[in-house]
Amino acid sequence: MLQLFLLLAAGLLAAGLYGALSQQSIVMIMMGLELMLNGVTVAAGAFWHFLAPASAAGQVIVVVVVVAMAAEMAVGFAVVTAIHRARDVDMADAAADLRE
Amino acid sequence: MATSAPAWAVLAVPALLAAFTVAAVAGDALLAARAGGRRPSVAAAAGPLAEVPRLLVAQRRTTLAPDTLLWRLGLVTVPAAAVLAALVIPFGGVTASRMSVGVVWFNAMEVLTWAGLWLAGWGPNSALSLVGGYRFVAQGLAYELPLMLALIAAAAGAQSLDVARIAAAQAHYLWFAVWMPAALAVYLAGVYAFSFLGPFGSPAGRDLAGGVLAELSGVDRLMVAAGRWLLLTAGAGMAVPLFLGGGAGPVLPAWAWSAVKTLAVLGLLVWARRRLPLVRADRYAELAWVVLIPVTIAQTLAVALVVLKLGGPP
Amino acid sequence: MTAVVFGVLAPVAAVSGLLVFRFRSMARVTIALLVSFLASGGLLISLGLGYLGTVVILMMIIEMIIMMVFMIAYMMNPAGLIQMTMHHNQRGARAISVATFVLLSAGIFATPWPRRAGAAPPDPTFQLGKALMGPQMLTMITLGFTLFAAMVAAVVLATARGRYDRFGDDLKRRPPSDSAGGGVGR
Repeated sequence: MLQLFLLLAAGLLAAGLYGALSQQSIVMIMMGLELMLNGVTVAAGAFWHFLAPASAAGQVIVVVVVVAMAAEMAVGFAVVTAIHRARDVDMADAAADLRE
Repeated sequence: MATSAPAWAVLAVPALLAAFTVAAVAGDALLAARAGGRRPSVAAAAGPLAEVPRLLVAQRRTTLAPDTLLWRLGLVTVPAAAVLAALVIPFGGVTASRMSVGVVWFNAMEVLTWAGLWLAGWGPNSALSLVGGYRFVAQGLAYELPLMLALIAAAAGAQSLDVARIAAAQAHYLWFAVWMPAALAVYLAGVYAFSFLGPFGSPAGRDLAGGVLAELSGVDRLMVAAGRWLLLTAGAGMAVPLFLGGGAGPVLPAWAWSAVKTLAVLGLLVWARRRLPLVRADRYAELAWVVLIPVTIAQTLAVALVVLKLGGPP
Repeated sequence: MTAVVFGVLAPVAAVSGLLVFRFRSMARVTIALLVSFLASGGLLISLGLGYLGTVVILMMIIEMIIMMVFMIAYMMNPAGLIQMTMHHNQRGARAISVATFVLLSAGIFATPWPRRAGAAPPDPTFQLGKALMGPQMLTMITLGFTLFAAMVAAVVLATARGRYDRFGDDLKRRPPSDSAGGGVGR
């Protein structure tokens, strides 16, 4: 049963990875990241239930992942707002300023 | 002590919710008749209720290139959110679905309205309904955090997230409404906000030709229009175990006291709805974030200090 | 019971997660992601983590609606009515993600998972609260600072006006000049 939960988590992670790598729009890349963190949440919950329910570590991991999701979304949308204000597009390819 | 009900109680929740909603709508119609100079009579009270069979058979409006899937999804979500939120409200001594995290469940289900109304605004591909949906999200950002903190204040007072335990904790001495007045006021404002009635009715405002209701007719309109009142009733019903002591009272049985208190809160909300001016969503945002959030945090701190000092609620 | 719930919710989570990158309308994309998150929240509830599952549901509904507002505002093709594809290196991305999934699945089935250590406490919410306020207090403090830093960073990045635009060059103008009047008159 643990393996099935982890398989779902791996599937969500892979789907999110596909999105994060192949999408051009920054917001869609963020959705890929959210899917990956979704997979990590399911995996952490499954680990808590099936391996170590007596300790709170699994739950704390879920809390940390959810907080990371919230913070990532907030800062990500602020970055998109700033880029959109400057460039009028939201493409990741247009945000390669640090490369030069 | 409250118990979890048998399985058929889950069906009783929509019926009970509908009964209280009918009472609220009838009361509102009577007040409208009196304000309009007409005689308040049974015919006046039954006016909006006679709309229900008319809307059920009326033709649904279609628009150009709607997003039908999302539109229908949004419309169904509004009354569904009310029924799901009402599942954790203890009526008398019985809760339909007793959860150990009932307060958080109630909060999550009323947040479903955000999704429902935004989709109902986006679906018909119409400018006015889209503006109505966005207005609701704007006022949602404003009302949500103070409402959450008010719910946390009530939960902290009873040291539990279980709604039945919160109701039972008030049997000790004082109702929470007495020593948490700020939380109660913010909660009632939140009830108006998530049911977009009264001072927070701008998503369906007259300046938008009905806003989210503009492109709706037939059973769609019934779902959203009834959904508003169902949400108001669910919010009023939740105020009873959270702040008014649940089913506790001297002479009558517990379910009668629950009903009386719910009707009292509903009556207050329906009466005050006509007295309060409409609040613009963007103007409310600053008030909510700069004033109400610190007030509710201070309220929660006060509650926590009292509970720590006394070892329990007073 | 857990198996039945898993059998219903896991395919919903996986399929709607994959559909996120199939739909062309941004609203549908966000709703697909929301459905995936709701299914994950339901799975957490079925695992006994009632509080965390409900909090995931609560937070994700709010986050997805706010995300939807931003997506519609910024993206080039919000309703999916224009025929355009916004991908690059699709084949490479697909190869990498499939390879990752295969690698992870191999690891999942090959690892000798340990036995369950202990039983679940009667109130997992209380267990979480006690841990966060006790042994995991450092985590709690770090989370608090992270959220605060995220809030400050987001506001600094997103606003185009500072206090000199609001209060004038000598910081003396009252009330401040804002594009939208607030409700407090600060």
